[in-house]
Amino acid sequence: MPGHCEHPGVKLSGAPNREELKKSPGYPSQEFWSKGPLAFIECVEEIPCNPCETSCPQGAIAVGKPITNLPVLDAGKCLGCGVCIAACPGLAIYVKNYTYSETEATITFPFEYWPLPQQGQEVVLVNEMGEAVCRGEVLRVVDIPRNNRTPLITVKYPREFFEEVKSMQRL
Amino acid sequence: MGRVEHHIILGEAPARKKVTVFVDGEPLEAYEGEMIAAALWASGRKTLRYTKKDNKPRGIYCGIGRCTDCVMIVDGVPNVRTCVTPVREGMVIRTQKGLGRWEEGGGSEND
Amino acid sequence: MKTTEIVVIGGGPAGLSAAIEGARLGAQVLVIDENSRPGGQLFKQIHKFFGSREHQAGVRGLEIGRKLLEQTAELGIEVWLNSEAVGVDRDKKVWVIKDGTESLEVKGERIILSTGAVENSLTFPGWTLPGVMGAGAAQTMVNIHRVRPGKRVLMVGSGNVGVIVSYQLMQAGAEVVAIIEAAPRLGGYGVHTAKVRRAGVPFYTSYTVKRALGRDKVEGAEIVALDDRWNPIPGTEKTLDVDTICVATGLTPLAELAWFIGCRFHYIPSLGGFVPDHNEFMETNVPGVYVAGDIAGVEEASTAMEEGRLAGIGAAASLGYLKPEALREEAKKVWDRLNSLRSGPFGEGRRKAKESILREEGSIYNARTL
Repeated sequence: MPGHCEHPGVKLSGAPNREELKKSPGYPSQEFWSKGPLAFIECVEEIPCNPCETSCPQGAIAVGKPITNLPVLDAGKCLGCGVCIAACPGLAIYVKNYTYSETEATITFPFEYWPLPQQGQEVVLVNEMGEAVCRGEVLRVVDIPRNNRTPLITVKYPREFFEEVKSMQRL
Repeated sequence: MGRVEHHIILGEAPARKKVTVFVDGEPLEAYEGEMIAAALWASGRKTLRYTKKDNKPRGIYCGIGRCTDCVMIVDGVPNVRTCVTPVREGMVIRTQKGLGRWEEGGGSEND
Repeated sequence: MKTTEIVVIGGGPAGLSAAIEGARLGAQVLVIDENSRPGGQLFKQIHKFFGSREHQAGVRGLEIGRKLLEQTAELGIEVWLNSEAVGVDRDKKVWVIKDGTESLEVKGERIILSTGAVENSLTFPGWTLPGVMGAGAAQTMVNIHRVRPGKRVLMVGSGNVGVIVSYQLMQAGAEVVAIIEAAPRLGGYGVHTAKVRRAGVPFYTSYTVKRALGRDKVEGAEIVALDDRWNPIPGTEKTLDVDTICVATGLTPLAELAWFIGCRFHYIPSLGGFVPDHNEFMETNVPGVYVAGDIAGVEEASTAMEEGRLAGIGAAASLGYLKPEALREEAKKVWDRLNSLRSGPFGEGRRKAKESILREEGSIYNARTL
């Protein structure tokens, strides 16, 4: 795949690579990926921040003290409800569902750019380097007051690109 | 250049009263209360003044009234920091060349 | 001559937080600010803040600004806008040009200097061309004035200011063509750089801007690679098609008034340069003069608000509005929050730097009788 995982990581290319993500306790390990909707927390640096922990209705995210601790995701408890996505000030969380259909997965991610896509629209999905990976169809656009102006977009896309897709190309 | 009409966080551009100001004699439509420099940049005009010695163009640099890059002659008064001065209906704005010269009574004749 | 108990110079997050604490405890407070609206840089911060619930994590800067203004109004704090404090003396008289029309003096029992910081410049051939501006200037233009400074932007500097403003420029519809960083590693938080990277913005480390191209305005930028001694490597120049070059190369405390009034300074590069020394209640070596926020070391809005609270309660306590035990208790809560914000690999350096300037002398209670 172009770009994905082969780049030198967060302090050089800006985005964490696969090695950095695997080391982070917020990024669920592969054995959990096919269980259904699941949060992926791409938080790899210790900064004082814990709204993900306080937002999770299932108690599936733990930061504790000091609040610089990396969030720990309990993938068994996570229902993939997505409340944490807009709670994260760093926009570092998305929810993926490997089991959407036999051939398609979904991703729900934060997107704070105008214009937002429409439901049913075909969009280009990108990896962490902003490179195009595949096309997908917008299932839902949610922009509710509780999320404080962080719209959430849900897109279905070919399942073979499950890991690579992280967001959508701006319109 | 150009105005931000739509913005996910800031929302749609609010309805604001329009005013007409004059820039080097030409009328320009602006929004009441917006900063002169913002109105000029929105219209694509980036040079606000020229320096005294080498006649070099200057525009916006700090944007918050500290550096004086953006000064123009406003209603006869030179050295007005346009990034922190709001427009008014009928305001007369001129490109300042050099240090500026008072146009009506009082003030320094130096240039 | 007008007299009051606490004069707060600078109505940004630090100054307003100080004024609110002072007024809440019963002191008479006057806030002086040179802008047409208080709030300092807060209203430009349209992103969500970090920290924990007690630090207002998840709240956007501009919402925090609104809350501070509401509390200021509720407490009936007097605020002079469009007013510049152009001098202070050791008798705590402040010379003010009020509203651009009136010159007068105000005498305070206590002075809190919360004048913030100023963006650093980077000089290179063509740096004066219209289109070269501070990252903060670009942020003001898009988030306050709703005007794009240009269509295609080169951001110089990958610290949090550079990456956040790059994000906000894209939210306003501009393209950020590249973010360059002279150091061999990126400076800002990984979550900020990742956000911008997945929007397609490339980062170039060990690169600086060589010159701005264009006659009357920026029409391009030439960037060049740096070796491990920060020298440009000939032959590595790249030309970028941009009409705007934003400079995000750090801030320096605006401490002129602190120099005037006789404060002692320390030179600490990681805090932005010369910072005034102060005790645990933010009081400087000049009795009754406090500092808070970026003037005391460039950090962020969250730490500015906490330091403001410290200065506010410290000043009010020294005037008799808070007993020593209550002061210690309240100050301890603020210090806990401050230490939490200054933890982790990004905060440790700042925490140690701030600790190095805390005066040995300690409590104000050594300096005066209650």
